[in-house]
Amino acid sequence: MERRDFVQFAGLTAGALALGRRVPQFSGALTPIPAGDQKDLADAALNARDTKIQNTTNTESYGAGVRVIAAGTWGFAATADVTIDGLAQAARDAVAIARANARVQTEPVQLAPQQGYGVVSWKTPIEKNALEVPLGEKADLLAAIGAAALKAGANYIDSGLFMVNEQKYFASTDGSYIDQDIHRIWPYFSVTVIDPKTGKFESRDALSAPMGMGWEYLSGRPAGKVSGPGPRKYGNYYDMLEDATLAAPQTKEKLAGKSVLAGKYDLVLDPSNLWLTIHESVGHPTELDRVLGYEANYAGTSFATLDKWQSKSFKYGSPHVTIVADKTQPYAVGTVGYDDEGVKTKNWTLIRDGILVDYQKIRDQAHILGQTASDGCCYADSWNDVQFQRMPNVSLQPGRAPMTPAQMIAGVDKGIYIVGESSYSIDQQRYNFQFSGKLFYEIRGGKLAGMLKDVAYQSNTQEFWNSCAGVCDRRDYRLGGTFFDGKGEPGQISAVAHGAVTARFNGVNVLNTARKL
Amino acid sequence: MPPLSEQDARALLERTLKLSRAESCEANISTSSGGNIRFARNTVTTAGGSSDRSLVVQSNFGKRSGTATVNQFDDASIERTVRRSEELAHLAPEDPEFMPPLPQQQYVATNAFFDSTAGITADYRAEAAARSIAPAKERDCTAAGFLQDGTSWSAMMNSAGLFAYHRQTGINYSATVRSNDGTGSGYVTRDYNDVGQLDAAATARIALEKAVASRNARAIEPGKYTVILEPEASVELIQDMLFSMDARSADEGRSFMAAPGGKTRLGQKLVDERITIYSDPAHPDVPTSPWLGDGRAFQRTPWIERGVVKNLFYSRYWAAKQRREATPPPANIIMDGGSASLEDLIRDTARGVLLTRTWYIRFVDPQTLLLTGLTRDGTFYVENGQIRYAVKNFRWNDSPVIMLNNVDALGKPMRVRGCMIPPMRVRDFEFSSLSDAV
Repeated sequence: MERRDFVQFAGLTAGALALGRRVPQFSGALTPIPAGDQKDLADAALNARDTKIQNTTNTESYGAGVRVIAAGTWGFAATADVTIDGLAQAARDAVAIARANARVQTEPVQLAPQQGYGVVSWKTPIEKNALEVPLGEKADLLAAIGAAALKAGANYIDSGLFMVNEQKYFASTDGSYIDQDIHRIWPYFSVTVIDPKTGKFESRDALSAPMGMGWEYLSGRPAGKVSGPGPRKYGNYYDMLEDATLAAPQTKEKLAGKSVLAGKYDLVLDPSNLWLTIHESVGHPTELDRVLGYEANYAGTSFATLDKWQSKSFKYGSPHVTIVADKTQPYAVGTVGYDDEGVKTKNWTLIRDGILVDYQKIRDQAHILGQTASDGCCYADSWNDVQFQRMPNVSLQPGRAPMTPAQMIAGVDKGIYIVGESSYSIDQQRYNFQFSGKLFYEIRGGKLAGMLKDVAYQSNTQEFWNSCAGVCDRRDYRLGGTFFDGKGEPGQISAVAHGAVTARFNGVNVLNTARKL
Repeated sequence: MPPLSEQDARALLERTLKLSRAESCEANISTSSGGNIRFARNTVTTAGGSSDRSLVVQSNFGKRSGTATVNQFDDASIERTVRRSEELAHLAPEDPEFMPPLPQQQYVATNAFFDSTAGITADYRAEAAARSIAPAKERDCTAAGFLQDGTSWSAMMNSAGLFAYHRQTGINYSATVRSNDGTGSGYVTRDYNDVGQLDAAATARIALEKAVASRNARAIEPGKYTVILEPEASVELIQDMLFSMDARSADEGRSFMAAPGGKTRLGQKLVDERITIYSDPAHPDVPTSPWLGDGRAFQRTPWIERGVVKNLFYSRYWAAKQRREATPPPANIIMDGGSASLEDLIRDTARGVLLTRTWYIRFVDPQTLLLTGLTRDGTFYVENGQIRYAVKNFRWNDSPVIMLNNVDALGKPMRVRGCMIPPMRVRDFEFSSLSDAV
């Protein structure tokens, strides 16, 4: 079917889109999915236990979603029957749903105007399509990683490669016909070490990040290696074999480490830990739909209310804290050319020098803030789900003054240096949070003094960001993120990145999490 | 999506297996159809209908296997999927843990499908939303909520002669009501296979009453408290414990079920002797599929009986290696209780905190199953058998194993999130800090 026929036939007022499955399956790619009809999706991954490859799967899903406005109300219907009749039925269903709901509707939809872009396309800038790498090469990599970790002293290692190619076609009556070819990659592992005498065990996951990149992320290029205090860390290129080899002795050291004494510490947080704290305590509270109450029944609302934004003086954090939203950032896993309402993506500031200055918003929300355009952060995770406001890449900006992590640690008398993210939990208005990490190093008198275990830090969002006493400079900027940010009912996932530099937070409450059964 | 009858499912699966050139082959179909409505700010926000289907084909050559999935059921798509799974199998390395397809199994009958639920319309959903919104407006409150209903049909067949078919309906209705002064919030959730059991107005009223009662909460010091847990407040902790009872992790020494010296806690007393938890796919209050996706039959399975661990669940490979029965993971979770109501438990409490909901629960330490989370949408101080006042929310750090050792009283189980869970009174539940969230 011709694209324009597709749109005209469906009779859309807001758009139609076609994309793939909600959750990437554990799977392994054979060849790329043929791109001919523009509406396929392949999710691919491969996983292994120790040195043994376990799942080899290819998944594809194909369908169309139709979103309409009728009587001032949204309606949505999706179908896997992508035929003239199937689409006509979906469009009729969407209109019927909109009309049924119109009688309960009290806030008719107001859409920010959007220019049509005509026929355009966008592709994640990759060097090598991960889906085109032969399965044998991937299997060999995971087997080598398993062998290396076991040789280095791990009792167990689970590993895997997530690779996603999302081929998405969007069309709307605004006059946009947008093809996007989106690539994501995420290698991961988890190493476990057991003390046979005590039966105690500890694990350490990979220090990789999900990236908007191709197979080149796994090249292990020297440019991606970050030296400095504590363990080896990685930037835009990842050496999985090296990380797995280093993980085993680090996990042993953690197992033998000192159980932390609960109390107040100055925390030095590596970007591999801080990204998740940014995600939960800044990314989610600045989603305008949460602020307004649209997510009240599920994820909750937000402490960052409109009156705080209107005051132009709400101190979200200390003056060191500037946080930017950006859907255009290279390498970031949430980067695309256009969002799922046909809006070109951009970057904008959420917190400037500690002050809350903006939110994340889409076409039907812009008018609420007196603005005239969407931020371009509307997303649906499948043709089967309706698009709504989703978090763009949200990142802590580097400091202007030169500062390295080593210099930052040298200034801390009693603290903990935390690398990698782990357990995380935050309340429904994003005040009280508790985070843990993968590796914890005690800081005494400006020096690292051995590994700790059983560490979790607990704080209040505003107190925490106002306790930020310094951020490292641009040289330390790295990305973290996830494929699986969850939101909405029915639940949808979304890939999002968070950039950060190592940052210091003074006087944070640390718990000891050891218990006896 | 039109209904997938047993006859149609069998024909589609036979057509798929006929195309196979592999040494063995297994195919699973799942199709679903349903709708939902979402409301917030006392108005409908999004609503939709959707249907989907998938055919999963696994082809095996020796110990090599490949799986391919498709959601188009025309002949060409099915053949392409079978061929792709075979190509993947040829390219895949040998899996030393490969298990061949199962022969035909015996499945219990479960009554999980209801025409009433399959026939829900957009008008019904809109009416259910209105039942929450109108009363909230009258009491100066704002309602948000979600109703989702659907029917699923699933079937599988393999080259060893196994065929299984199941159809199921479900509806879930939840609502959060917040007082317009921003100081109170209440929540309710109900789920059923049969929509006839849902009274949307009465359900919505529970959230509204909690919102009004929880206004102007007072702060009390964090610490260890006796708590009364509504089923919604404990269900996720119990689920997290049950789904961590994997035999392999225990045998390998990396689970809370591992015991020193390479042993496990199977057969040991783990929690209070009043605790009995089992699964039963045919339970009339929580009926579900009688088979797992690999063809294994779900049966009534005791997990904890009078506090003693009776079973761990196994993969087929690990069961064969350990020479154990390949007990599948829980089909559902049914926890025995008593006959007391929630009100009875409150009446017998000298001093404690009533938790109506817990939230954002995550593992902190897999060794002890330490979890962290928060209270939400209605937390109350109880003294001398009465609810005295609303209290501010807490962050907690506790383990379900410790919680079930500290049980003081159990009430009458009710369905929540597909499980049967009693209200409980528990000693020494650990609140770590206060939360300002409402």
